[in-house]
Amino acid sequence: MAIQNSGPTLVQGARATQSTIFLKILMAASGAVFIAFVLLHMYGNLKAFNGHDAYNEYAEHLRELGTPMLPHSGALWIIRAVLILSLVVHVYCAATLWKRAKKARTVRYQVKKHTGAIFASRMMRWGGVTLLLFIIWHLLNFTIGKVNVTGGATNDPYNLVVDSFSTWWLTVIYLVAMAMLGAHLHHGIWSATQTLGLTNSDRTRKLAKNSAFTLAVVIAGGFSLVPIFVLAGVINK
Amino acid sequence: MKLTLNIWRQTDANDAGAMHTYQVDDVSPDMSFLEMLDVLNEDLNAKDEEPIAFDSDCREGICGMCSLMINGEPHGPEVTTTCQLHMRSFKDGDTITIEPWRASAFPVLKDLCVDRSAFDRIIQAGGYISVNTGSAPEAHSVPVPRDDAMRAFNVATCIGCGACVAACPNGSASLFMGAKITHLGELPQGQPERDSRVTNMVAQHDHEGFGGCTNIGECAAACPKEIPLDVISQLNKDLRTAIKHGH
Repeated sequence: MAIQNSGPTLVQGARATQSTIFLKILMAASGAVFIAFVLLHMYGNLKAFNGHDAYNEYAEHLRELGTPMLPHSGALWIIRAVLILSLVVHVYCAATLWKRAKKARTVRYQVKKHTGAIFASRMMRWGGVTLLLFIIWHLLNFTIGKVNVTGGATNDPYNLVVDSFSTWWLTVIYLVAMAMLGAHLHHGIWSATQTLGLTNSDRTRKLAKNSAFTLAVVIAGGFSLVPIFVLAGVINK
Repeated sequence: MKLTLNIWRQTDANDAGAMHTYQVDDVSPDMSFLEMLDVLNEDLNAKDEEPIAFDSDCREGICGMCSLMINGEPHGPEVTTTCQLHMRSFKDGDTITIEPWRASAFPVLKDLCVDRSAFDRIIQAGGYISVNTGSAPEAHSVPVPRDDAMRAFNVATCIGCGACVAACPNGSASLFMGAKITHLGELPQGQPERDSRVTNMVAQHDHEGFGGCTNIGECAAACPKEIPLDVISQLNKDLRTAIKHGH
């Protein structure tokens, strides 16, 4: 350690809730909401294998969840509110930490090896941006705008799914997005357990990394099944 | 061995700096990396050129003074410090790029020397325990479970060289902090200040301009003392506990 004592002084009145680690904890917590969401969403999508009526009944059931205690679509809107809040928190923390990381090294190395890093961990930020763009398109496609790229009807969820994924380029977009989601989850799930302080030994770290990989494959793979089987003509109208 | 060296030269903190190329002949594979630079500096001295400034002290791998980014890896290709790296790890005719640690919190002072006093201030903020001075207490008066003692000892091997910061894509010093937090937090003597320690050290870390951790793991791969990644989990857990206790 060097002897020179330049400008910076000791921080007075430090608050743990104003630290970079607190931002990371918020990212992990909001990320956990998304993990639960994509797991359930993926499971729901697989209803497409049960045919037109089962899939549409599931979609309608989501709106009747909790009725008559809750109004029609009430539970769905509660879930949506939690997801929107989580998204705002997740993106805000990511942007703040990204900006900070850029400032922490303003002069880049001429030569830099990335020993210890993997593709998934190095892709977190740009992968996150890709997923954000995908989510916007996905909501326009199936929720808010209901875009049928084949020009057909949009009022029948099952038929919209079949029409959409019969279009090869749309299926490609979704499969690329699922690869990005898998990579994001692969690093993100392990990173969240580490940030929450659950991996304090070699054993738990390996367990967290293996679980993250498995979950990422199950979720991204599960999501990919419906588009692939629609394109292959197995799931049809 | 004949080598081509691309070395960062910078006259002082305000200079822009640039890479310079040097040829060194007659390098013995048994030389340490720093001895190789000593030979180059003697050569530069003989030619009335300014020798290359680099940090070193014990040259035994225990003080944490030496640094250097060698071909994109802190302390070079072996798991050891630069002073304990030998030229046999390179081949005749190799080109070696040597750069200083790059982090805003570690400003370059000259050539390959950076100011790492940010680490000193992180230690000053919380890397200590309060004990009564005077005669040494009876060692057996405070029992320490074996596993706790081993973990504390293993991470206490951190020499504060800054390789973790140099390797980190975010310029974070989390592995360094994690090592100190775990070292002191595993022992009974470290308990009274446990919450304030993590709060103050992390606040100082952020204040110095280090980045946030994204758990990529390049730090642990670069650490010459093989500090494991689980110390960062410990750091995060201690901070979470401190928040719960109202810090």
